[in-house]
Amino acid sequence: MQLSERGSTSLNIINSELRREERAIFVLRELYEQYGYKKYKMSKFEEYDLYLENKSFLPSQQVITFTDLNGKLMALKPDVTLSIAKNVPSSPKEPEKLYYNENVYRTPHGSNECREIMQVGLECLGDVDLYSQCEVIMLACKSLQKLSDDSLMVVSHMGFVSGLLESCCLPRALEEKILKCIGHKNSHEIVRLCGLAGVSSGMREALVALTTLYGTFEETLDKAEKLIKNEKMQNSLMQLRELSNVLSAEECSCMRLDFSVINDLTYYNGLIFQGFIDGVPTAILSGGRYDNLMEKLGKETQAIGFAVYIDQLEHCDVEDECFDTDVLLLYEPNADIAKLTAAVKMLTANGQRVRVQKTRSEKLRYKQLLKLGDGGLEILETND
Amino acid sequence: MGGLKFLKQMISVALPKGRLGESVYKLFAEIGYDCPEILENSRKLIFENKENCVRYFWAKPSDVAIYVERGAADIGVAGLDILLEQEPDVFELLDLGLGKCRMAVAGKKGALSSTGKTLRVATKFPNIARNYYSEQSREIEIIKLNGSIELAPIVRLSEVIVDIVETGKTLKENDLEVLEEICDVSARLIANKASFRFKTRQIEDICDKMRHYVSANVKG
Repeated sequence: MQLSERGSTSLNIINSELRREERAIFVLRELYEQYGYKKYKMSKFEEYDLYLENKSFLPSQQVITFTDLNGKLMALKPDVTLSIAKNVPSSPKEPEKLYYNENVYRTPHGSNECREIMQVGLECLGDVDLYSQCEVIMLACKSLQKLSDDSLMVVSHMGFVSGLLESCCLPRALEEKILKCIGHKNSHEIVRLCGLAGVSSGMREALVALTTLYGTFEETLDKAEKLIKNEKMQNSLMQLRELSNVLSAEECSCMRLDFSVINDLTYYNGLIFQGFIDGVPTAILSGGRYDNLMEKLGKETQAIGFAVYIDQLEHCDVEDECFDTDVLLLYEPNADIAKLTAAVKMLTANGQRVRVQKTRSEKLRYKQLLKLGDGGLEILETND
Repeated sequence: MGGLKFLKQMISVALPKGRLGESVYKLFAEIGYDCPEILENSRKLIFENKENCVRYFWAKPSDVAIYVERGAADIGVAGLDILLEQEPDVFELLDLGLGKCRMAVAGKKGALSSTGKTLRVATKFPNIARNYYSEQSREIEIIKLNGSIELAPIVRLSEVIVDIVETGKTLKENDLEVLEEICDVSARLIANKASFRFKTRQIEDICDKMRHYVSANVKG
């Protein structure tokens, strides 16, 4: 009896009083556990060497470092995936399915200050077959839907993009510039660069088509088919087709194919994706297939995963109509404290949040202002 | 959800204050996104046309990319100089061919010939200057200024400047000249990466119409 009561109050708290980002953590944890992912709790620090060796895997280059008591150079974690990838056995017998909820420390794009960023994420390491891949993408879609009614998942394939670049046979520096242009959907600069480097008009048009392609899988897969130049692109497109065949129509309706989602080629090889929700100006979810990282770390295994940037939810609520407390209860210095205590008990038992103090408040937002007088509780003000 | 996006949503556009912004607005009006209110001289900051589902506001040219990157505006128009300097995380959808000029290294004649010492570079664009010289592996010192850049080499604050050159008239009058060209600059249509996904139809519509208009006018 008591237990169930407590259960229902805590559920109420989840629905009403928690801030959106706090609620998200609970909801996502429940989702990932439902699919058998295990929580992975990690330390805040990691040896700096790990990041030094894999610098371009990190979204921002600055890392906060310090020397520990043994004189080792340590870092506040800028990223969780690297730590998880480092710690799996080099040829695991069974898959590792993990989720985490950690703070990471990094410098957001265009800023000079390091910030603590709350991140929830999921990694699947081992033999990543079609099922695992679809499961992770489906969980990414579901995560977005849990956060907002209006969400979009944008999917790309690094193999498809790098396949096309390889078939152009460009010098490395130019390839990087063109990859950057693809990321900015900047087709006019691609045309200019191709002109300077003497790239054939067929290749140039394929690059422009790749850059501007955007739409549902249904609309775009056939168009992408026409761009295929080699086996690598063929295989990549096949993976995208398999994905759209396995996922339900409902899941596919919120997915878009967009090759402007790119990531570092030395770490990511297959599917990569980003999630957006209405009201948040940047990607709130980001992930992909990173077999190349595993190989670089000397592991004979494949891996796919994603992270959700919970802190992005903080500014997306337009209406900030919450109250700090339901009742602000005032009392006189000579009030009967026993009566006051009884009144507070009564109010809290009704599920109301009560703040008790002697004076009115300029800062607190309250629904009701009550006063304990001689005749009991009087209502002075109501703000509902 | 995703599929029910046939209803037109409001698009907000950040325009760069000044002459460039006015010709950019004309371009928007030509392709059917006019908002007559904007031409009236008033103290209003935001101008809306509910029929076209478009909302405009003027921003300092160097701030446009910030408004767009952070989603306060869905799309905007910014010069390539600003985009190269700030490297915002946005889509660069179209070269509008407006506000054409060059980013260049300028100074007194022969200012680059003494390669034996650190080159002092005065500029409003430290990032562009740093990238340009790091490709050349030349040791430089950057002096960040906020205006009247041409003054720097005259009063020996620096050997050269990195700045926008339109006609080169100011340089000539002060006995300076373009020593090296870095790149051509023009106005670009940029879009927020999330807005592009949620308001694809409208943003692509604007982009396509502008592309046609711009290419037709270049030929004509």
